[in-house]
Amino acid sequence: MKKYLYTLFHKFGSPKWFYQLTDKLLPWFTVMTAALLIGGAIWGLAFAPVDYKQGNSYRIIYIHVPAAFIALAGYYVMAIAGAVSLIWKMKLADVAVKCAAPIGAAMTLLALITGATWGKPTWGTWWIWDARNTSMLVLLFLYLGVSALYEAFENEEVAAKACAVLTLVGTVNIPIIYKSVDWWYSLHQPASLKITGESTMHSSMLYPLLVMILGFYLLYGTVLMLRMRTEALVRYRQQSWVKTLVKNAK
Amino acid sequence: MYFDSFQALMWMDGHGPYVWGAYSVALIILLSLVIQPLRAKKRFIKQQKNELRRLERSPKGNSSNI
Repeated sequence: MKKYLYTLFHKFGSPKWFYQLTDKLLPWFTVMTAALLIGGAIWGLAFAPVDYKQGNSYRIIYIHVPAAFIALAGYYVMAIAGAVSLIWKMKLADVAVKCAAPIGAAMTLLALITGATWGKPTWGTWWIWDARNTSMLVLLFLYLGVSALYEAFENEEVAAKACAVLTLVGTVNIPIIYKSVDWWYSLHQPASLKITGESTMHSSMLYPLLVMILGFYLLYGTVLMLRMRTEALVRYRQQSWVKTLVKNAK
Repeated sequence: MYFDSFQALMWMDGHGPYVWGAYSVALIILLSLVIQPLRAKKRFIKQQKNELRRLERSPKGNSSNI
């Protein structure tokens, strides 16, 4: 068992193996992502009932909440990859940190923009400097900071180390974001979805949300794979498998 | 469908511009997330192919490591 895990760990570190594996996974991920996102969006926009308090503006929840989920989960993915890169010097983990940062930034930006467009008709304002909004903005800057730090170093190894450290330090912000609506006064509503205990949403509104959350997770996986594949090609362009791939490409 | 007509779906009792605006931004951001790495890969392969062709033309030339 130990030997098997050791081999698996080494395989995960191999860019060539990763490229071949994702070749097989990507078509499945793409089809499932598209089906869930298109289906979930139509369900949420046209078929879910209206909210008695917020009216139709609540339909933004079907992109706002999944985007915010991924913005936070994506940071954990990046931090774990950063830790693996620091401790075991795994090549692919470093590639993952670099590729996860822009996706996380895009998701955070999306959560902020959709939050603002939901806030205007609901709160009467696009933005408020409360704990939830501000900590999400800090998250965006952390993601952008990791990307910028990568570009600041010529040496890739030094860049990887610095970014992994920044990523790990930034994790302190994640529980603050989660708990911000409970710890401080905020216009932002508390969580409707709960891991422990019953959700406060009716199933007719909840199911499309769950479909969209799953779709966003799959989209995250798809985009991370796409980015990591491209980054692996660029980084390991001197290796024979990349040269063969380039030669055979149309 | 929850709405009576297509117009009602678009207008959403006045919330339409916010809802459809948010979904449009989402569409743009998500699509660009997918398209960007695909284009980068295409660019890289084209660049490497050019490099390969250049090396084939002058076998003794140094690789510029592009």
